[in-house]
Amino acid sequence: MTRFRKRRKTVVVSFAEHEADILANLLRNLVELLYDGLPPRTTQSSDPLAALLESDGPTEPPEDVVLQRLLPDAYKSDDMASSEFRRFTERGLREGKVTDARRVLSALEESGADEIALEPDEQLSWLRALNDLRLAIGTRLEIKDEDDYTTWEKLPDDDPRRLTYDLYDWLGYLQSALLHNMR
Amino acid sequence: MTTAPSELDSPQVDEAIELSPPWVTIVWNDPVNLMDYVTFVFQTYFGYSKQKAEKLMMQVHTDGKSAVSNGNREAMERDVEAMHTYGLWATCEKS
Repeated sequence: MTRFRKRRKTVVVSFAEHEADILANLLRNLVELLYDGLPPRTTQSSDPLAALLESDGPTEPPEDVVLQRLLPDAYKSDDMASSEFRRFTERGLREGKVTDARRVLSALEESGADEIALEPDEQLSWLRALNDLRLAIGTRLEIKDEDDYTTWEKLPDDDPRRLTYDLYDWLGYLQSALLHNMR
Repeated sequence: MTTAPSELDSPQVDEAIELSPPWVTIVWNDPVNLMDYVTFVFQTYFGYSKQKAEKLMMQVHTDGKSAVSNGNREAMERDVEAMHTYGLWATCEKS
């Protein structure tokens, strides 16, 4: 059972070992997905300013539905503007999400089932990474606004979506417990 | 030293600039994000009070969307990008 407690501004989390493994695996998949289909930079600049101004990101939305949700269009009805926005921001957005996921991953790998002490900026990375995982799984499960929550809760054990939904539910518990301990 | 011009041209105002409406960042409802998390993001990123953040979150939840910030286009694109960083579904548009 995962436990959270608060020590001043630090949140301490402890996992059962198999839980830490499950979370780590989900994060590895997320990192892989975020790197998938991202073209390498066309320009390699050693000048940090030039590197910052590079704008060689993708201009089309990703094909994968999970990536579409994680990296949405910035304009509802202006494809040109969305495409420009994507060119300038998508690479950074992917890298930020990977950085968050990797931060959680290395904390899990270092401590295993032991207690992990999260300082405020790490707490933010954890919150965002847990949220990205929930978005990814929720999108794969095709959870919809109009869905009745109880039908998901009552999926029969032999439903192939059961295990995935349980993971989704558990991630929601983690995120909400972390948030509760941050306040 | 100069003297004041005897005749002033009437000021030329570019109407397109003056009337250009500010832009807004819209956050859309989605079935995954937790209500507490959405409130937290509005408080953390925009620095809104808990009361204001909760009001906006409820608007997203019940109306399907809410305009959470306004300003010029560049600022709204920054806000949209930040919302995407947090996993919120956001777009910008002219208000």
